[in-house]
Amino acid sequence: MTMISAHDLTLSAGQRTLVQGLDWAARAGECWSIIGRNGAGKSTLLRTLAGLQPAAAGMVQIGGRALNDWPLEELARQRAFLAQSRHDAFAYTVIESVLSARHPYHAGRYWEGSDDQQIAMTSLAAMEVDDLAARDVRTLSGGERQRVAIAALLAQQTPLLLLDEPANALDLAHQVSTMGLLARLCREQGKTVVMIGHDLNLASRISSHCLLLMGDGRWQAGAVADTMQPALLGDYLGHPIDMLEHGGRRIFIPKESSA
Amino acid sequence: MHASALPVQSHRRRATLIVGAMLAFAAATLLFAGMTGSIRVPLADVPEALRQLATGRPDSLSASLIDLRASRALVAFATGGALALAGLMMQALLRNPLADPYILGVSTGASVGALLAMLLMASALTIDAAALAGAVGVALLLYVLARRDMRSGQAAEGGAAMLLLTGVIVSALCGSLVTLMLSIAPEGRLRSMVFWLIGDLSGAPLRLAPWLVLAGALLFAMKHARAMNVVALHAEAAVTLGVRVGALRKGLFFVSALLTASAVTSAGAIGFVGLIVPHACRFAFGPDHRVLIPATILSGGAFLVLCDTLARTIVAPQQLPVGAITAMIGAPVFLYQLHRLRK
Repeated sequence: MTMISAHDLTLSAGQRTLVQGLDWAARAGECWSIIGRNGAGKSTLLRTLAGLQPAAAGMVQIGGRALNDWPLEELARQRAFLAQSRHDAFAYTVIESVLSARHPYHAGRYWEGSDDQQIAMTSLAAMEVDDLAARDVRTLSGGERQRVAIAALLAQQTPLLLLDEPANALDLAHQVSTMGLLARLCREQGKTVVMIGHDLNLASRISSHCLLLMGDGRWQAGAVADTMQPALLGDYLGHPIDMLEHGGRRIFIPKESSA
Repeated sequence: MHASALPVQSHRRRATLIVGAMLAFAAATLLFAGMTGSIRVPLADVPEALRQLATGRPDSLSASLIDLRASRALVAFATGGALALAGLMMQALLRNPLADPYILGVSTGASVGALLAMLLMASALTIDAAALAGAVGVALLLYVLARRDMRSGQAAEGGAAMLLLTGVIVSALCGSLVTLMLSIAPEGRLRSMVFWLIGDLSGAPLRLAPWLVLAGALLFAMKHARAMNVVALHAEAAVTLGVRVGALRKGLFFVSALLTASAVTSAGAIGFVGLIVPHACRFAFGPDHRVLIPATILSGGAFLVLCDTLARTIVAPQQLPVGAITAMIGAPVFLYQLHRLRK
């Protein structure tokens, strides 16, 4: 079943065309990584897929229905979005910030129910931040804040997750566990994950598919086995890349420049 | 212990408790204002005076005094409540705890209108209408200038900074117009103009309109309290949680402009209430707007009633403008806030 698709989608920034004529679809249970160098339009694409900004041309469909045809609240029960960065102006507690992700389930109600509280606590526990529930979000470290934000994403309980650099600010252990959690959500619950990441090794381990962006309109999409090839990656990332096999895993390392 | 660590049912109970306590406190300040003055009303006379007031025949001296002072206190209450709610809305809109309708120049716009009317020796009613026109005029101007940022909701941080800067500049422009008018005003009218500028409740009549505006704004705010939380937390990404961010921002902007205009029109330019009161409430009750909205209105009202009582008794028989009192409390609080934010 196709969860999200782009049809002849064109994105531009100023005069520059970032993505040209993207025809792409992600099905239930697939985990996509978007890879490209800085300024290649990864975040622009993700924000367009989330409905946060309009495309220059073409359209995005979620569940076979164009983004603009969805009522916002209903759409918010289909897809969740993790922004690249956040700025906390007020002293909300961790649990309040996660409970706010239950907003699309509460048309017209003033207070949350105890089931929401339950879901929020389960999500916090999944990200190993349940002990921070009563803390002011402004007092958290960068990595803790990121995990709380991902917990909020989980509490939204959507079949489609769009994440802009979820591994950002996480320590090594939590990078691995968070990525593992996302992969499990796809495999076991049939969710669709589309995320941006810079770590090729993490991406190749957990992703089923990969979307490469060149930043001049060119793009390439497909299964990890086809797209995560050293020559192709080197081309798209602008630096030659070597691939090693180690314990049945593929390890990507940038080649040292000979100079 | 913070509210959110408690089970859900107690959220509701806690909110009811806070609002109930604030209601009782507000009623107490109104009574206190009624009793306090050059002639004190003894506590023993209060029940009989209230009974006479309730039946509509204030015969005793105590009843007349309470009637007189309480109606002034009620004007102060509606004004304070409106200013505090306007401030709270602006802060949620701009995601900045330092935002205040005064900073955005809405009240300075009202001052320009009112002073122009005073300069032309217009009637009291025309002065009010001119103040309202000035406030709405500045709100519209701000809205047109910052419309693109508000509508797209894209660069939320940049958009908010843009609106704040635009407000400061518009405010400076209105300020210079005020100075211009003061410098060419004839001697005889200068005193009333200056008093109007710093805020004065002594001449303000008790009217229905400010209460209607306040009630309408309260309904609007309560209806969108959840969405205000989501926007305060997630900024533009609130769209992905089902909030119509653009429409909500427009609504908050206009309702808070209307509240400011209504407050300024009935009592002149009283500053800092919209800044201190939401800040104090957030400190005491947490940032959840579902509790903050009613609590802010009640404490804003009570705060201005107390300030006004202070203003008319501190150097009695002379009366101070209440705006001087609020500014003396408000400016240090603003500086303290700013200092804490920068850390």
